[in-house]
Amino acid sequence: MRYTRLAHVLALCVGLLAMAASAQEIEDHKSYPGTGDRTLRIISTADLEVFEPYILAFQEDRPDLTVDYTVASSIELYRAIRGGGVYDLALSSAMDLQLQLANDGFARSYRSTQTDALPEWARWRDLIFAFTAESAVVILSVDSLQGAPLPLTRQELILLLREHPERFLGKVGTYDLRESGLGYLFATQEARSTDAYWRLSEVMGRLDPLLYCCSGQMVDDVISGRLVLAYNVLGSYAAERLAGETGGKVQIVRMQDFANVMLRTAIIPATAQEVEAAGALIDGLLELGLRDDPGDWPLPPLRQTGEVSSAGFGPIRLGPALMIYLDPLNRRAFLDEWENAMEQDTDPR
Amino acid sequence: MIRSMSIGRRLTLLLAGVAALLSLLSWSMVSGLARQAAARTQDNVLAASASTIAETLRSEQGEVRLELPYSAFSMLGAISEDRVFYRVTAGERLLTGYSDLPAPEPDQANSRVTFGNGTYRGAEVRMVSVRRVVLAGDRPVSVIVTVAQTLDGVAAISGQISRFAAGLSLAFFVLAVGLSEIAVRTSLRPLNSFAQSVSRRGPSDLRPLRPGAPAELVPLRGALNRLMERLAQSIRRSEDFIAEAAHRVRTPLATVRAQAEIALRSTSDAEDRHRLRQIIRAVDESSRSAGQLLDHATVAFRAEHLARDPVDLAELVNQTTEALTPTAEMKDIELKATTVSVTVHGDAVLLYSALRNVLDNAIKYSPEDTTVRIDISEAGAEARISISDEGPGFGAGPAEELKERFRRGGNTEGVVGSGLGLTIAADVLAAHGGRLDLGAGQKGEGACVTLVLPTS
Ligand SMILES: Nc1ncnc2c1ncn2[C@@H]1O[C@H](COP(=O)(O)OP(=O)(O)O)[C@@H](O)[C@H]1O
Repeated sequence: MRYTRLAHVLALCVGLLAMAASAQEIEDHKSYPGTGDRTLRIISTADLEVFEPYILAFQEDRPDLTVDYTVASSIELYRAIRGGGVYDLALSSAMDLQLQLANDGFARSYRSTQTDALPEWARWRDLIFAFTAESAVVILSVDSLQGAPLPLTRQELILLLREHPERFLGKVGTYDLRESGLGYLFATQEARSTDAYWRLSEVMGRLDPLLYCCSGQMVDDVISGRLVLAYNVLGSYAAERLAGETGGKVQIVRMQDFANVMLRTAIIPATAQEVEAAGALIDGLLELGLRDDPGDWPLPPLRQTGEVSSAGFGPIRLGPALMIYLDPLNRRAFLDEWENAMEQDTDPR
Repeated sequence: MIRSMSIGRRLTLLLAGVAALLSLLSWSMVSGLARQAAARTQDNVLAASASTIAETLRSEQGEVRLELPYSAFSMLGAISEDRVFYRVTAGERLLTGYSDLPAPEPDQANSRVTFGNGTYRGAEVRMVSVRRVVLAGDRPVSVIVTVAQTLDGVAAISGQISRFAAGLSLAFFVLAVGLSEIAVRTSLRPLNSFAQSVSRRGPSDLRPLRPGAPAELVPLRGALNRLMERLAQSIRRSEDFIAEAAHRVRTPLATVRAQAEIALRSTSDAEDRHRLRQIIRAVDESSRSAGQLLDHATVAFRAEHLARDPVDLAELVNQTTEALTPTAEMKDIELKATTVSVTVHGDAVLLYSALRNVLDNAIKYSPEDTTVRIDISEAGAEARISISDEGPGFGAGPAEELKERFRRGGNTEGVVGSGLGLTIAADVLAAHGGRLDLGAGQKGEGACVTLVLPTS
């Protein structure tokens, strides 16, 4: 009720402002100097170590450009662009926020042979371009199974959590939807696609879950043993980090009943000054996005997970429907329901 | 400029103009319809979207509540990639959405669905408002759900169809021009064949044109026929005139000659006789020239309707030799004819005058007391009559030129002539499909003129 009234007063953007109460300052920032005096300013949700190879590759082609790279959360990025922050390129994993920006006129259109080569599902209106497709996965430490087979569907996961609460109590992690734009996107899309989502949330809620802002921290905690299960982790991060460090003790599972596939997207903000350079970088990213051989780039190409997979679900659709869950009323209602499921403190266990 | 332009070009241009007009018309109609259809589709989906939102309106504890259904926007996303804006107000209060989005003014109070156009955030948008009254507590609140969408999708679809229609219209136009070109050519064909049938005619063919022209050309045919009739008449009249003139000159000449001969016989004075002979010779020449003029007119006239009667050359030669024997005897010239019977088809009168002129030349150019030979032979499909004399021959100059009208040779000193004899003979033989050969006699002496005629 209280929230509803709040929403009455606040416009859409203000509502989004309010939701990130713990808004940090800019998380990370680095400048890659070039020979010339032009600077390409990028704001991105991808960590520096993930994106650095792309910047270096780009500077090989365009050594004259200084690249100024700023890491921010998806909500901060959204707010920065909406607030008129001057960036030449915004790369985000939160498709819904990117779409809202484009829809509301904060993006500039761009066309090239590379953008034309993109499949239809990977772009919207010459404003948004997807350059990676990453799926949400579950990571699980093998010990917790105690010999039982890996759960491959939500139903199996629910059964596992229900039957052995002692193994998982306090050791389950997932996104804090109030803080993470990507977590919220995953949750809303999942809730729309499978009714098992709410049942799973109830079950996790009873296990006193830990809530995270970011995939990276969840993966860290699984590796360190603080968590035995992390739900809805970004696959690319997980795979990269877990491969060497745990020696098979932690498994990555892609749910077979439904798995979200998120597209990492780029927009050129309306405030951009180095439009040509931003376009060139987008072209480079798209070329990599459309490559057939994954190679050793940190982020996977579009085709690997992007196209409708064997399990029959494609990436989250770019389109105005993504804005539905950003509506303050809908957001409040969804978060209310989620909070009820997750925080069952009063619930006697 | 336009007057002298070809009918075909003018017709083609006219038809092309009509085709262009029709193409343009059909293109603009298809484009208009496409735009309308696309706009109506968008309106329907917008209305459906706003209605699905309005359906979620409910009242809870005296407050209006709603929830935007996913389908409301996904259906908009399905038809195009247009930007979407929305707003929900309860009474004066904004429930959610873009606070500054304008709502279309309802044209009638209380109408449930209202459409409108406007600009929002720098883009043209199509808007729809759905009004629903919700009971909040105990008072009714009028809730307006507005959904707006940019027009790029409609523009893209109608543009695409319009481009397609333009291509189609262009193809139609090109086809129409091609077909009209063919149509013009076929409808002008009778005119061309008419013109050809006129121009194909020989210079002296003045027969009326055969009937069978299309109705439009009948007046032209009539006019042409009348013109040719008049022309034929005037030619006939001038030929008649020449014939009449020649005849009229010859008759008194004959009288003069007869009188002179009588006088010659009745006088013995040498000087008088000499003078009288000169008179007789001059009269002969004049009457010969008049005869040749007459012959020439006859040839021109008869060659037009050439008779194809069987003519025996032996008989022809005998007839001619007989007629010219008196003239030959005057110079003590012997005419030696060796004849075989050969039949050709042609006009006996013309052939006679040809042979007569050639033989007359031979006698004229021969010295006294010589022989002129006339031989008939047949070889292959040709019959020949050769006349050879012992005169000076044609000399070294170009013999063919001697066949021209009024052309005389350089060997004619003292011999009177008109330059028409060989012309007449050559014309007659040409009208019969034969030819006149001029050459030297057997031992390279004298002249040998050969009349060559086809036998079949
Ligand atoms: N048998 C012939 N012998 C020599 N010359 C001839 C003979 N027949 C014709 N010619 C030459 O051809 C010319 C043309 O002949 P024609 O047409 O009969 O005119 P013409 O009245 O002068 O004889 C004559 O002027 C003469 O020079």
